[in-house]
Order: sequence, then structure tokens, then C-alpha cells
Amino acid sequence: MKYKKELAVAFKVSIPIMMGYMVLGFAFGLLLVSFEYPWYLAPLMSLFIYAGALQFMAINFFNAKAGFIDIAIASWFINIRQSFYGLSLLKRFEETGKVKPYLIFGLTDETYALLTTIKDDETINKKWYYFYLTAFNQFYWFLGSTLGALIGLNIKFDTSGLEFSLTALFVVLCIEQYKSLKNIIPFIVGFFCSLMALIFVSSDKMLLVSIFCSLIVIFLLKKRVEK
Amino acid sequence: MNNFEIYIAIFIMVLVNYFTRAFPFLFFNKKQLPSYLIFIAKYFPAIIMSILIIYTLKDVDFRTEFYGLKEIVSILFTAILHLVFKNYLISIFLGTISYMVLVQYF
Repeated sequence: MKYKKELAVAFKVSIPIMMGYMVLGFAFGLLLVSFEYPWYLAPLMSLFIYAGALQFMAINFFNAKAGFIDIAIASWFINIRQSFYGLSLLKRFEETGKVKPYLIFGLTDETYALLTTIKDDETINKKWYYFYLTAFNQFYWFLGSTLGALIGLNIKFDTSGLEFSLTALFVVLCIEQYKSLKNIIPFIVGFFCSLMALIFVSSDKMLLVSIFCSLIVIFLLKKRVEK
Repeated sequence: MNNFEIYIAIFIMVLVNYFTRAFPFLFFNKKQLPSYLIFIAKYFPAIIMSILIIYTLKDVDFRTEFYGLKEIVSILFTAILHLVFKNYLISIFLGTISYMVLVQYF
């Protein structure tokens, strides 16, 4: 087989992600069927959306019967950090040809971290190495979520409270953000605006109102934040 | 949502998610980013994570029995686990289990 070495290296590099994606994907699948949505939405979403936090949020959108425009705007903001990942990869992806659209599609937090921190081995073909690495990661996520949905469907146990996994995920991401940012102001802005929105607007408008309020507030505080 | 709406919602998320990741490749080919975008890129992820924590709690009733204490305890537990073990799987897994126990047995 051609590019066998690239496949082997990509697999080795992807191993640390395997565990994380399988477990988190499993939790997503389990949560999805616990609300009695069809199991095959799990593989479908993992194949075509492929974004952890957003897929969990999607379950909330379904439950809340969220409007389509709200979903579009909220989805962008939920994943906005990923809008800036590509910047450091513009050059690296230049010669990846026809797999480039897939590499861009597969730019999750973890894949990005691997692509930017692992030193390139000059003897391997970059294009296929990047491709295999991205594909392995997506495969773990796909497999985990499908298994979670199928097992959740067939084994009945009390799943009430399982939805907290989403809260826990955001708590963890919040702490990680703080570690790299070391600035408390944006967190205060986020909490303050969302608490105000929670109190003063209906719960289906709460997410968008929080996002826009925070945008305004953070820009008003720009000088202070950057100090 | 009914099935049809779910498929439209998924389709929207597919498009938006792809657009999100393709954004720099579409608009910033080697050019310098405008300063307001750098500002958003740096600070907005922190804001959105804070908002999303509150968002996931939007249906909790803080006025009746337990007053959101189960949620607050589980959040603190998750955060402490994460600060101690620095492993997101442990934090999410045990944090969720603790909440499920609180909800199912108390």
C-alpha cells in the first residue's frame, strides 16, 4: 500500500485522542437517545457536523425547538475559536490539494493541537499524513457516538442527570480558557450578561441576547481588558 | 422539534460549522487580520464558555426545593477535579456521575 508509513505515523500520533473522543462521543450518543431521538442521528451528525460542543448543544436546540436563525448564529459563536485556527495553518495546508477541504472540515480543537504541536517529519508525505490523522480522529468520534447511541438504546438505565455532561464540558473548557488567558474580565462579562439575560428575557432568547450583550460590553471595556 | 425540523437544524449546523472552520482560508489568505477580529479571537472564547455554562442551567428552578444547589455543588466538584487531576475525562465523567447521583437519589 502506498503511504503506509504516513498511515502508521498518523495512527501513533492520534492515540492520545482516541480515548478522549471515544468516551466523549459515547456520552453524546447516550444523551441523544436518552431524549428518544433516533440513534442514527449520532453517526449522521458525527459524520457531517463533527464538533463536540456543538453536537451536544444540538440536543438542547432540538429540545428547545430553537429557531433556525438562532441555531445558525449560536453555532457560529459556539465554535468561533475554530475560526482562527486556520490562520496558523494557511501555509501548511497550501500544498494539500484535493484533501484540503476535508482537512479544513476536520479542524477540531484536538486535531488542530496535534497539527500545530507535532514536529513535521521531513521524510513523510505531509498531505497524506494530515489526511490520515484527521480521519483517525473523526473515526474515533464517529465510533464513540454511534456505540453510545446503540448501547443507550438497548440497555435501559436511569439517565436522568446525564445532561450535566454538557455543563461539565463547558466548566472544563472555561478553566482551560482561563489558564491560557489569565484575565478574569471576559469571564465576568460572560457570566454577568448571561445571568441578566436569564432573568430578563425568555429562555429561548437567552443565548443570543447573552452573546450580543457580551459583545457590546467587551468592546466597551476594550481598553481595560487589554491592559 | 419534529424529524423534518431536526434535519434542517442539522443541515444548518453542518454549513455553519464548516464555514466557521473555513473562515480564515476564505477571507484571510496571508493578509493581516483586522484588530477587532484579533480582539474577538482572543477574548470571545472565554465569554462564550461562561455563557454556555449558564445556558445549560437555564431550565433549573432556583426558587423551589434545592434552589439550584445540586447544580452548584456538581459544578464546584467538576472544577475542583479538573484543577487537581488536570484530565478532562476524569472531570467530566465524575462530575456528571456526581450530578446523576444527586438527582436520582435525593
